[in-house]
Amino acid sequence: MDAINNLFPNLSAALDSLLRRFLPGTVVDIVMMLVSIVTILLLLPVVFLIMTYLERKIVARIQDRWGPNRAGPWGILQPFADMIKMFTKEDIVPAKADKIIHFLAPVIVAALPFIAFTVIPFGRGMIGRDLNIGILFIVAVTSPAAIGILMAGWGSNNKYSLLGGMRAVAQLVSYEVPMGLSILVIVMLAGSLSMQKIVEAQSGPGNLGIGWFIFAIPVGPIAFFTYFFSAVAETNRAPFDIPEGESEIVAGYHTEYTGMKFGLFQMGEYVSVFGQSCIVTTLFFGGWQGPLLPPYVWFFLKAFAVVFVFMWLRGTLPRLRVDELMGFAWKFMVPLSLANIFLTGILIRLVQIIS
Amino acid sequence: MDIPLLVFLALAVVTVIGALGTVLMRNIVHSALFLIVSFVGVAGIYVLLEADFLFAIQILIYVGAVATLILFGVMLTRGVRGEQPQLNNQFLPAAIMAILLFVVVLVPVILNSIWPSSTQPAPTATTALLGQELMGTYALPFEVAGVLLLIALVGAIIVAREH
Repeated sequence: MDAINNLFPNLSAALDSLLRRFLPGTVVDIVMMLVSIVTILLLLPVVFLIMTYLERKIVARIQDRWGPNRAGPWGILQPFADMIKMFTKEDIVPAKADKIIHFLAPVIVAALPFIAFTVIPFGRGMIGRDLNIGILFIVAVTSPAAIGILMAGWGSNNKYSLLGGMRAVAQLVSYEVPMGLSILVIVMLAGSLSMQKIVEAQSGPGNLGIGWFIFAIPVGPIAFFTYFFSAVAETNRAPFDIPEGESEIVAGYHTEYTGMKFGLFQMGEYVSVFGQSCIVTTLFFGGWQGPLLPPYVWFFLKAFAVVFVFMWLRGTLPRLRVDELMGFAWKFMVPLSLANIFLTGILIRLVQIIS
Repeated sequence: MDIPLLVFLALAVVTVIGALGTVLMRNIVHSALFLIVSFVGVAGIYVLLEADFLFAIQILIYVGAVATLILFGVMLTRGVRGEQPQLNNQFLPAAIMAILLFVVVLVPVILNSIWPSSTQPAPTATTALLGQELMGTYALPFEVAGVLLLIALVGAIIVAREH
């Protein structure tokens, strides 16, 4: 049981000691670093493929359709067919586009969500690097995605693209505020920014999930609500997908992208949805902790459950209007999360006084 | 040649190229993007100095917020490939005067300052220390800065509303 629970840390330690026999220490450190980087870099595109299939199947189910069912049994080869299509399509760059910016934009949008996975604990001891600033690091490195979107919108030299880029940035900047404020509640409860310590702070009695921050009544559920809806908005997903609103501004900032450049935007979106699911799992659902099953299995189960909620929302809710969206962020989410921080502070102090 | 020095040189080159690009580009959007390169270079130098919290804040505030707002403002006011700004103007003598004044102030400060350096290892948990300092020793300047920003925010709204 213990061998299965610690499978990946043990594998890593075994590889480390094996390499140390015939390589100097610094080289081994660099190799081990590369191993964890490559693992994460290979894992995420696979997750992306699985998620595109899941999304199509789940949304189809909600809309009473079959979804993809031609490529392979139950259509499970559909992501590969999509991938071949993306790679072989003609790459069109608009004649009057700013070539360099048009090229760089999808690269930035697709690359940034990957960086966040450096500090995500997939299991006990399965973390790229347990930084002291953990969750702050994630918030910081994912925030420049807005620049990539603006570059796409402006570089395409198309008014719909620019409008989409503008909408995206207004939305991202607004929802970053309640998002950061809800993270603050969790940081106050855990007493640390480190992702590993946030997970450990949620162990609770019997490892049955009583200690999870979602159950830290009353502040936990409120923080979860504000964080989750900010996360949906941050990833530009329905019902907050006005930056791409097909019916109004023909897909917004990625109107002028074809082939794999468009694929990169898709990958950026799905990887950041998965990233946000992982963060929600870590902050509110006790990360990799859980009874019976190995930690990494629990982590992916929880993360994909959150991914499912993302898709469920997309399948069932209509798109918001721009003014509704901004009003929701500034007039409802921000005051609510500020009040929540205030309440958390008072409660923590009260508990300190009592005990 | 040690590795930190090489990393510092690489980051310094990135920062300086970003800064030069900001002033030399003819397209104002390109200037703003080079400014971001410069900000990222400075963030890298913070990592090199083991100031992890400052790194995150540099990226979050300067790249994620300031640069984004600059780009947003530029794109909102100039539109898609709008007219380019007038790059030549009559203010050359005034500009030279301003630069000279800046040099006169800055060079003596740089030359006369004692640059203290500590041989102690950097603290590992910087965030908690910074928080205690800001809420304890420097509580007043911290709060004053907050109020100042709030005033600026309210002022900006009033100025924007008049038009």
